[in-house]
Amino acid sequence: MAYPKQYRYTKEHEWIDVKGNLATIGITDYAQHELGDVVFVELPKPGTKIEAGKSFGTVESVKAVSEIYAPVGGEVIEANTELQNTPEKINTDPHGAAWLIKVRLTDAANLSGLMDAAAYEAYIASKGKEASA
Amino acid sequence: MRYLPKSPAERQEMLAAIGAKSIDELFSSIPDRYRLREALKIPGPYSEAEVIQYFKDRAAENSNGYTSFLGAGVYNHLRSVVTDAIIQRGEFLTSYTPYQAEITQGTLQAIFEFQTLMCQLTGQEVANASMYDGSTAMTEAVLMAERLTGRRRVLVARSVHPEYREVLKTYAKNSGLRVEEIPFTAIGTVDAKALQAALRDDVAAVVVQSPNFFGVIESHTPLAEATHASGALYVIAVAEGVSLGLVRPPAEADIVAMEGQSFGLPPSYGGPFAGVIASRDKFVRQMPGRLAGQTTDTEGRRGFVLTLATREQHIRREKATSNICTNQALCALAATVHLTLLGKEGLREMAQQNLSKAQFALSELLKIPGVRRTFDAPFFNEFVVDFPRSVKLIDAQLLREKIIGPFALGTPYPELTKRALVCVTETTTRAEIERFADALKRALEQPI
Repeated sequence: MAYPKQYRYTKEHEWIDVKGNLATIGITDYAQHELGDVVFVELPKPGTKIEAGKSFGTVESVKAVSEIYAPVGGEVIEANTELQNTPEKINTDPHGAAWLIKVRLTDAANLSGLMDAAAYEAYIASKGKEASA
Repeated sequence: MRYLPKSPAERQEMLAAIGAKSIDELFSSIPDRYRLREALKIPGPYSEAEVIQYFKDRAAENSNGYTSFLGAGVYNHLRSVVTDAIIQRGEFLTSYTPYQAEITQGTLQAIFEFQTLMCQLTGQEVANASMYDGSTAMTEAVLMAERLTGRRRVLVARSVHPEYREVLKTYAKNSGLRVEEIPFTAIGTVDAKALQAALRDDVAAVVVQSPNFFGVIESHTPLAEATHASGALYVIAVAEGVSLGLVRPPAEADIVAMEGQSFGLPPSYGGPFAGVIASRDKFVRQMPGRLAGQTTDTEGRRGFVLTLATREQHIRREKATSNICTNQALCALAATVHLTLLGKEGLREMAQQNLSKAQFALSELLKIPGVRRTFDAPFFNEFVVDFPRSVKLIDAQLLREKIIGPFALGTPYPELTKRALVCVTETTTRAEIERFADALKRALEQPI
């Protein structure tokens, strides 16, 4: 699955799509693939403050429960409630319909620590090598 | 799994396989100051005959021929030999943990049936594979409510078992959870006005026990309504499960925490018992501990698995829902066998006998000058009476007549000195109740 060029990526395998002071956050195709079949998602309520680098929710697959880390700080304005009933969308459309939360950024988003699509693809390719090494 | 001694030759063989010359070399990575150099302070080794003699001596220390009027959270009920015969089967007794679903179908099915029985008894939708006992179940129910509501204040009725409250306080001590007590009224029920006054939007859970520690049956509906209006969860603790043979299932609860001892487990020294947590389907992901689930295999046949294990400590480490990573499988099995033998009618009949005999005992005790009823409220198989003198002194006198007397409430409740908590179950005969009343009358007539 292609990694959208306009997104930025974290080492913990979240993506963020920033438009003005609003951002949409999800997990990457690589992450869903590592997790396996997703059966449950736990997301924050609108109004919740999230902090860059801190966990804001969990994704549960048949194998594990994993934390989701915030790429940026901000206030949650919407959580993808569709995922309560159809968590499997995270496996089929992680970069689109299965976005997790929409956030209003607290201050000028500091995206400098994040990777662009090319850097992220190189990053996961190196992880693949590590695993097979 | 068998425990066998290791001969020196076998030790050498194992060391050779590992590639170590000696036990000392094997443990050489452990810093010297942490190594134990002297022998363990345990007796023995004993021969088989000596071991048998040791246990015979211990068994001879057991008291026989006593009649008990002591309850207070642990109850003497009839048990069938069938229960022991089944739980002592090697397949159940020696198998440890059911991680491998494909080879532990029997154990998992027994757990699944236990969960089903607990749901039927409590009027809840999902029950777990069991907790250590009622006190840890109640504490875990509170922690579950804390996770579900994101709130940090807990209101616990003072009429909840004092030891259950102690366990909760121990957990809360370093976790930032604030535990507050709600007093009881002159008739021994939860003070609804005090509860209302304490309820604010920061309360995670309200915990009420019924029958409460004084044996009194609580009216849950108004308490649950007030609790829910503030957005808190209503937790019902049940210490005497046999009461559920007669009283309405605690369906008002968001979470039920129960002690399963009354279902086929002997009082012993106070354990091992089996705790129960039951709740709503929608809360299942915050439920602590193990859950057995029913499913179908690739050939469409019924099978059982441990489900939702991703929440558990062995997978999720410090982020697990709870630090419990096991269950009381054998005790839960005993409860399952016991309840299956009794059946719905049997449990109701047993509960009815408890109620009737307790009522009879109260009427007999009230004939004694100086003995008065403390709490004028409906009760199940325990009730509180005022004695004109120290309950502990009276109990010491009763013990000489082979009667284990009532529980002295003054220890956990300084405001209830000279109050005795009397327990009567189906095991107590009419003659024993009369003998108790007579012995009590004589004890009270003696000059101090």
